[in-house]
Amino acid sequence: MSRSEPDRAGGAARKGRVVRGAGGEREAAPDPVVSTVNLVKIYQNGGVPVPAVRGVDLRVEPGEFVAIMGPSGSGKSTLVHMLGGLDVRTSGEIWLDGRRADTLGESAWALLRRQKIGFVFQFFNLVANMTVADNVELPALLAGASPRVARERREHLLGALGLTDRAGAAPAQLAGGEQQRVALARALANRPSLLLADEPTGNLDSRNTRDVLRLLGEVHRDGQTIILVTHDARVASLADRVVSLLDGQIVDDGAVGAARRRPRGTAGDVVELRG
Amino acid sequence: MRPFLLALLAKEPAHGYELKQALEQIFGSAYPSPNIGQIYVTLGRLEKDGLVRAVDVEQPNRPNKKVYHLTAAGREALDAWADEPTEGPRVRDEFFMKLVLAPMTGISDRMTLINRQRRHYLALMRDLNELAGRTDPADRVALLLIEGAMLHLQADLDWLDRCQEDLS
Repeated sequence: MSRSEPDRAGGAARKGRVVRGAGGEREAAPDPVVSTVNLVKIYQNGGVPVPAVRGVDLRVEPGEFVAIMGPSGSGKSTLVHMLGGLDVRTSGEIWLDGRRADTLGESAWALLRRQKIGFVFQFFNLVANMTVADNVELPALLAGASPRVARERREHLLGALGLTDRAGAAPAQLAGGEQQRVALARALANRPSLLLADEPTGNLDSRNTRDVLRLLGEVHRDGQTIILVTHDARVASLADRVVSLLDGQIVDDGAVGAARRRPRGTAGDVVELRG
Repeated sequence: MRPFLLALLAKEPAHGYELKQALEQIFGSAYPSPNIGQIYVTLGRLEKDGLVRAVDVEQPNRPNKKVYHLTAAGREALDAWADEPTEGPRVRDEFFMKLVLAPMTGISDRMTLINRQRRHYLALMRDLNELAGRTDPADRVALLLIEGAMLHLQADLDWLDRCQEDLS
């Protein structure tokens, strides 16, 4: 994967965008964690251009939890891969924490990911010859956390995901659902400014999904910014906001409201909820 | 309601209020609390059809209570209920009718309808999540009922995606 590096004089190419804070002149509202401007991705399939993302403007504020939904092939995964620098945009802009990111080279992206982004993939990309514990601690240690802090964070995360007794195992000894939860723990180890996840419950049974939901809810309450792709409505329903994609474009973007009928104080009523 | 009461009475004779309590205790918080009036009305009909027999039991300082017993005919009806397959879900979705019909009349466009419905389903899912969180983890029957509702809701959302792909 080669990446072209368009020349840019520091801080130029900020067309039409009001930069707050980063410019230094006025520290008003904080920068959005993510902001995209007319983001486009076109794959080439044997010389035939296949548009995957067609002009997405997305702005995510610190602490927001955004679920991205849509039919398969609607561009969801491509979008988050671009936000994490794992896929190169065809045109448009990506800004992370007020800094232009789409023009970065591969090594600069790698550094940015290490500092700011936790990523959970559909495939887990754990380091095969390291234990589960080391896999989870590594990002925190790379980011400069002390061994004690990294260990405590790891113990907390593995405990929350029901994986405490797997800490000494190698990834290959784990079932798929366990590997996926380890990948989530690793992504959160560093308390990244942005958690990106692509179908983080795709391989989980409902009990393990509950653990993941609980942990996502917990870190979100602690202020973690989350953008995740999911078709799992249990996951999406935790989000503050749901962005729906269709054919590479945003067709809906808004808060998940309260259902008209709330469950009763005692418990509620599933049959009525199903309406 | 009829077969539920027959099943409970097959276990042991009971009066109306005990049947209400048994349903609540077995199905837990996720199930709508049965209306005591409805239980008595149903028991009356079952008695008229000869499926249960009411026996007056004297109580000190209180009016007699009726304890219901399953009859042989009731046992047969219960066996027949247990043996036949239960009707599956029927897709006769009101939202789908709306989705097909409303745009014809220019009332609303499909994209708007689908997007609004998706948010509504997700809000319902959020309620179910909260309900599951409040439910005692040992209450397996209630949790399975909630999980069933969640899976149905997930299917509705997946179907919504298909509608959006093909109709809008």
